[in-house]
Amino acid sequence: MTSDPLKASGSGLLDDLYREIILDHYRRPRNHDPLQSPTCSADGANPLCGDTIHLEVDLDGRTIGDIAFAGSGCSISQASASMMTEYVKGRSVDDARRGAEAFQLMMTSGEPQSLEGFDDIDALLGVAKFPARVKCASLAWKTLEQALEGGGTASTEKDASHD
Amino acid sequence: MTITTPDEVTRLPFDIERIRRDFPILKRDIGTKPLVYLDNAATSQRPVQVLAEMTRFYRDHNANIHRGVHTLSVEATDLYEESRRKVARFVNARRPEEVVFTRNTTESINLVAHGWGRKFLQAGDEVVISEIEHHSNIVPWQMLRDERGIVLKYIPMLPDGTLDLEAARQLIGPKTRLLSITAMSNALGTIVPLEVLIAQAKEHGAKVLVDGAQSVPHLPVDVQALDIDFLAFSAHKMLGPTGMGALWARYEHLDAMDPFMGGGDMILTVTMERSTWADVPAKFEAGTPNVGGAIGFGAAVDYLSALGMDAVRAHELELTDYALRRLGDVPGVSIFGPPNAEDRGGVISFELEDVHPHDVGQVLDTHGVAVRTGHHCAQPVMAALTVPATARASFYIYNTTEEVDRLAVAIEEVSRFFGGA
Repeated sequence: MTSDPLKASGSGLLDDLYREIILDHYRRPRNHDPLQSPTCSADGANPLCGDTIHLEVDLDGRTIGDIAFAGSGCSISQASASMMTEYVKGRSVDDARRGAEAFQLMMTSGEPQSLEGFDDIDALLGVAKFPARVKCASLAWKTLEQALEGGGTASTEKDASHD
Repeated sequence: MTITTPDEVTRLPFDIERIRRDFPILKRDIGTKPLVYLDNAATSQRPVQVLAEMTRFYRDHNANIHRGVHTLSVEATDLYEESRRKVARFVNARRPEEVVFTRNTTESINLVAHGWGRKFLQAGDEVVISEIEHHSNIVPWQMLRDERGIVLKYIPMLPDGTLDLEAARQLIGPKTRLLSITAMSNALGTIVPLEVLIAQAKEHGAKVLVDGAQSVPHLPVDVQALDIDFLAFSAHKMLGPTGMGALWARYEHLDAMDPFMGGGDMILTVTMERSTWADVPAKFEAGTPNVGGAIGFGAAVDYLSALGMDAVRAHELELTDYALRRLGDVPGVSIFGPPNAEDRGGVISFELEDVHPHDVGQVLDTHGVAVRTGHHCAQPVMAALTVPATARASFYIYNTTEEVDRLAVAIEEVSRFFGGA
């Protein structure tokens, strides 16, 4: 699924990557205020770009009662985090994990996912055409999985010391 | 063998249109826009002359070197060794044997760390580097520190991207055995005042390694005038092929150093019990080397020598001066590094307010403008600037002020694209 480098750019593709809804989430991130007393949290980092996400989750039994993120990084990483929080808020942990799997599948296959409520997130489909940016988009979901595992640190790189 | 005088090089006028015709890739389109290649600090492009010399070797002279009596092997050996002479002359080495061919700057520095550092440095010996080094001049010394207990010291960076020379005076002392320092920062373009630091190192009897990955392609470099011990550089940043680099070192150091790798071509005799090493530089070139790459390296040096490195520097200085002013006028742009063009190579590291460097690079690409984004393998520099990454435009002989204009206009487009809240 490597794209033809001779056709790998152009403003059409750019519109695919930066859909208006993505820019909207980037400019006005949702669920961006810290929680009072989160039940679990996790930090994610993409060491090659410097994208970071801090995620706080309030679990109500097996349901994600509330969620918030903070972070810094490119528009794709931060918009993806904002969209992720919107999707998982109020859903069960199992649904959230299914969302994470669907997102990963979308990035590797380049195909839209038919999960209910995933419409906004499908806007990130264009990222799949930019292999260098897939890690940016995936960071939020990896951090979510880390938080649901009980917290800690998620990284898009196993070994952060190389470039 | 002695070095021939460089008079045989015919100087050509610095004709930018003629130069650009030598680089067919510059005629490429990216999407629908003509390419503006501004990622030369990562790797340069190669002119048709270099490509032709490499093709000619593989087509007409290809054979293994230093081995055969047959005609092709003799020709290949002659071409390989002629390239060594060209590279040696380019940095004003005393003799061609002082040039060891490697894969790149990184391998050259590692060769010094292994062949010289492991043999001559002991626990407590100090190696002084700086905060603006590329990872390739940090990590080998950290590895040696962990293995041998040497002490690694860093000359700090000031906010304007220059080195703190006052601090350097304190750091370089009687325990310093090696000063290993870049001549030009790849992340910021800072030109390091080598003479000052080298004089301090010499005062304490320390050896000096210069990381010339960014300086040798862009500035006149003379190892004898600098009075240094080691110089590491790469072919691919100076019009030559990838996978090709060089370590220049004083002959007596190479003679005293242990080999890095064992194998064919680096031995004098091998018995079942032991082996003896070949002479310098063959001792450090185990196995069949990158013969075609070395020949391309020689052709690249020919190309630059014909232009003259003073003319190369003058051209880049003009571009850098223009770019500092032109980009400095673009709203939201902050430029890192020394404010004056004279103090920097053709490297402009910048950030655009409220837009992450990766987004900047992505949108610039759609305008055909190729820049590097990220930490540039210089994470300590990013940490000192307290930014995760920067966008970096870097120039070479074929870039024009019109291309700087296209960069500036494209950055304004980026602002518009992300700005409309």
